[in-house]
Amino acid sequence: MSDNLKIPLLLDRYIDAILRHRWLVLVSATLIMLVMTGGVRFIGVTNDYRSLFDEGNPQLAAFDALEATYTESNTALIAIAPGEGSVFTRETLAAVEELTDAAWRAPYSTRVDSLTNYNHSESFGDDLVVEPLVDDAQSLSDADLKRVEDIALNATEVAGRLVARDGRVAGMAITFALPENPDAAVVEITDYIHTLLDELRTNHQDIDYYLTGNVVLNRAFGETTKDDTEKLTPVVFLVILVVTAVLLRSAFGTLATMLLVMFTVNTTAGFAGWIGTVFTPINAGVPIIVMTIAVADSIHVITAALAGLGRGLDKNQAIIESVRSNAWPVFLTSATTAAGFLTLNSSDSPPFHVLGNLVAFGVLWAFIYTMTLLPALLSILPLRARRVSAERPGFFDRFGAFVIERRTFLFCFFTLLAIALAAGIPRNELTDNWTQYFDERYQFRRDTDFVIENLTGMETLEYSLESGREGGITDSGYLASVDAFARWYREQPEVSHVRAFPDIMKRLNRNMHGDDPAFYRLPDNPELAAQYLLLYELSLPFGSDLNNRIDIAKSSTRMTVVARGHMSSQNLRDLDARAYDWLLANTPDLATPATGISITFAHLSQRNINSMLRATIIAMALISFIFIWVFKSVRLGLISLVPNFLPALMSFGLWGYLVGQVGLAGSVMTAIAFGIIVDDTTHFLSKYLKARRQGQPAEEAVRYTFRTVGPALCTTTLALVAGFLVFTLSGFQVSWTLGLMVTGTITFALIADFLLLPPLLMAVDRKKL
Amino acid sequence: MVRIYPVRSKALLVTRCLSLLACLCASLYTAAENPTPEEIGLNIARATDKRAQGYGNFTARQTMVLRNKQGQESTRSLRVKVLEVEGDGDKSLFVFDEPRDVEGTAFLIHAHKVEADDQWLYLPALKRVKRISSSNRSGSFMGSEFSYEDMGAQELEKYTYRYLRDEACGELTCTVIERVPTDRKSGYSRQVVWQDRDELRTWKVEYYDRKDAHLKTLTMVNYEQHLDSYWYAGHMMMVNHLTGKSTDLTWSEYQFRTDLNERDFTQTGLKRVR
Repeated sequence: MSDNLKIPLLLDRYIDAILRHRWLVLVSATLIMLVMTGGVRFIGVTNDYRSLFDEGNPQLAAFDALEATYTESNTALIAIAPGEGSVFTRETLAAVEELTDAAWRAPYSTRVDSLTNYNHSESFGDDLVVEPLVDDAQSLSDADLKRVEDIALNATEVAGRLVARDGRVAGMAITFALPENPDAAVVEITDYIHTLLDELRTNHQDIDYYLTGNVVLNRAFGETTKDDTEKLTPVVFLVILVVTAVLLRSAFGTLATMLLVMFTVNTTAGFAGWIGTVFTPINAGVPIIVMTIAVADSIHVITAALAGLGRGLDKNQAIIESVRSNAWPVFLTSATTAAGFLTLNSSDSPPFHVLGNLVAFGVLWAFIYTMTLLPALLSILPLRARRVSAERPGFFDRFGAFVIERRTFLFCFFTLLAIALAAGIPRNELTDNWTQYFDERYQFRRDTDFVIENLTGMETLEYSLESGREGGITDSGYLASVDAFARWYREQPEVSHVRAFPDIMKRLNRNMHGDDPAFYRLPDNPELAAQYLLLYELSLPFGSDLNNRIDIAKSSTRMTVVARGHMSSQNLRDLDARAYDWLLANTPDLATPATGISITFAHLSQRNINSMLRATIIAMALISFIFIWVFKSVRLGLISLVPNFLPALMSFGLWGYLVGQVGLAGSVMTAIAFGIIVDDTTHFLSKYLKARRQGQPAEEAVRYTFRTVGPALCTTTLALVAGFLVFTLSGFQVSWTLGLMVTGTITFALIADFLLLPPLLMAVDRKKL
Repeated sequence: MVRIYPVRSKALLVTRCLSLLACLCASLYTAAENPTPEEIGLNIARATDKRAQGYGNFTARQTMVLRNKQGQESTRSLRVKVLEVEGDGDKSLFVFDEPRDVEGTAFLIHAHKVEADDQWLYLPALKRVKRISSSNRSGSFMGSEFSYEDMGAQELEKYTYRYLRDEACGELTCTVIERVPTDRKSGYSRQVVWQDRDELRTWKVEYYDRKDAHLKTLTMVNYEQHLDSYWYAGHMMMVNHLTGKSTDLTWSEYQFRTDLNERDFTQTGLKRVR
């Protein structure tokens, strides 16, 4: 393909040297691989969901500020569900009490809020009594139980949070202060709680326990990373083995391929360890992607070598010829694939940077090993010509003829298909929902679903509402505004619970008026309100203070809105926007957007898609320029855009029709798939151009291209599809979505290269070269 | 209530002799007669308690500066009056000056040796006294990192003691004692206290929560001697290691043996307080 004659000459001398020193090459490559592999032991796995976010992420920064002002909100939520009936029985309440006590001893815990330790306030004459709702449940009379039930189900702070509104499930929230690097702490905490719950399950056999919360989410993160690397990697290895064996139909060819794949993946993983990479579920797939891509390089070289043997060349001659004809395309495809993956660096989610860089590194090493180790190996191994089957070339001849004959129909058909599919793109909703990141095989997901359906929502919107002055939170105006905002939220259909500071003031006002329900309203004298608050704060026991709801200057309070059921990111963002509009219209002084984990996740894929879109467009432009430069044809460079660009659109559209929800995976899918599908176009166009430059008309060039490159393209696509399909076995939503979407895109790319590109070339490329 | 281990220097010589004697005894007598760490701990606590007695009453001003992880600060200012009660815990009265909206609010505590303390709050906006019915001593005081248990009188009977070791603290040598609250509702599982051997002043207290994690550390500096006998820290710094919040407490304007009397520390007296 290059007109430069020096390169083939140089190449020939190079391959000759490799083959002459094949044992030296083999030993050196092995040594390099072993040294690199030594780094594997330094690979870390994080279970901090925060690693998904960039340091500069504005939503995360807002959330951090909120936590620094109040208290951290790392929580574990436990639902306690008796087999049947109400939780207001001696046995269940005793279990909750027991759990509450034990929860205080959970490592890193700073606070425990449960149905039993809720600080109920009551007044007797001039006494304000503040005490836990349940103390020694076993000693309660039936009347006491009824009283506890009445209080709990009527307390705004309790019902819908610490007890289900129907009284059938009780809840407990443990708050944790996690160290800077929370990995070990998360394991310690979750282990402690699991052991605790197991003990309780034995002691109270008719009570079920469910565990969720963001600390537990962290643990699930770590588990998926481990599952995906440990369980999926062998599967991919096996799949590649089978696919290669079937396609190459050569035992030693397959062996060489597997060795190459192993060398590449070990080198990459070892390198990751040496540079201290920490894996997350997002980039746990690095080995899988590297293996899948590495296999393509060697398939091209081995196929050609086997073909050479089949034509009667001696082994070394066949190898030299194969490397000579493949060096340039393999280099080019490696470069474009690496370029595609490197664009992941513009993602807002740091784990994708790691993914992009490591895969790019792996692709580079796959190329290096293909150019050194592979020829040496092939020369050492007793490679034999396989029996030539006349059927396959025949198929591609016929297929080429079919495409040439029906080009107008195919062109129109494919264009219509692409348009119809692309029309489905707007059906995609951008959503990243941490409660749905894991599928039902994970207990975290099953427990979370139970809690959402039976106790309380898991998506929360957090507000820090500023009064504007120190001590201003007891101002009548401020209290009234916050209360109105809370009331507005309670009227929204998608909201299940609101915790707002004015509720405490209303309760205290009622207490101060002999528990008269008529006084369940805001105190109108700000000084009185401040003094009530002081009185209440002096009455609260250790660990139950209001420091998590009120800032130290008493200038702002925290409001927590819990959404009902499974909310999509879109719905969360809408709710947030509606609330912001309400604030602007009614109490502009308080206007602030919501923050919290859910909101941070809800904005993640949108931010990511914006940054990735820019990067992908730049990459496409860059690769098109490379095409124009390599093919020395502006026209071909531009035409190449069509089969490179369309598959992603079609894939997104199809996803829109079939699934309709994309998150992080969708935002990086194009970049990943793009680098891979460009390879098909490269191979196709380079062969086509070779034929055209030999003076053949477009039709003949297409026929030639199908015959020469058709089988290899099918083979590599099949290997890639098989590799990426393995991702669908992952229990992590981002991974399996990515696997499916990339598979779809690669498939569409092959179809586009076979059915759309040739008619397009024949239509546009009429000029005689 | 205010002083944490005030110490009378007249007793110094005696204690030194006693501790020397204790050491001698320890080395001379058989193991059976050796004081256990629990006994040594209790003896030191007793000595500390003994020296704190006899001050009569005093008034002082407290300024608290609260800090959160965000670096935000907030100030509380209050006056404190304390009356020594023979044979029972002290009576203390806090009158809040700042923040402005709780100005004039007064908090009265009758500490008791064994049973729960009595607490009342006077609300000027309501012109009424409310009794706080709560056995709570380890909750946050005005949103600060101090609990009233941390600031409050260290009644001998509220803990069990165990001597741990002696070690250098700054230029002094400190005795390190562990004390465990007897109240099962306390938020602490134990506290470790550093007291210098010369004057039995407390320099540092580490607080461990119910899961025995190091929750808070109190550091006390700027000790001054009053009435030629009692040592009082002028500055107390409490750091919460779990939340990253901290509170600085400064004491000033000490006045001893004023004309305070029992009547000032009653519910009726509470209403009169200015």
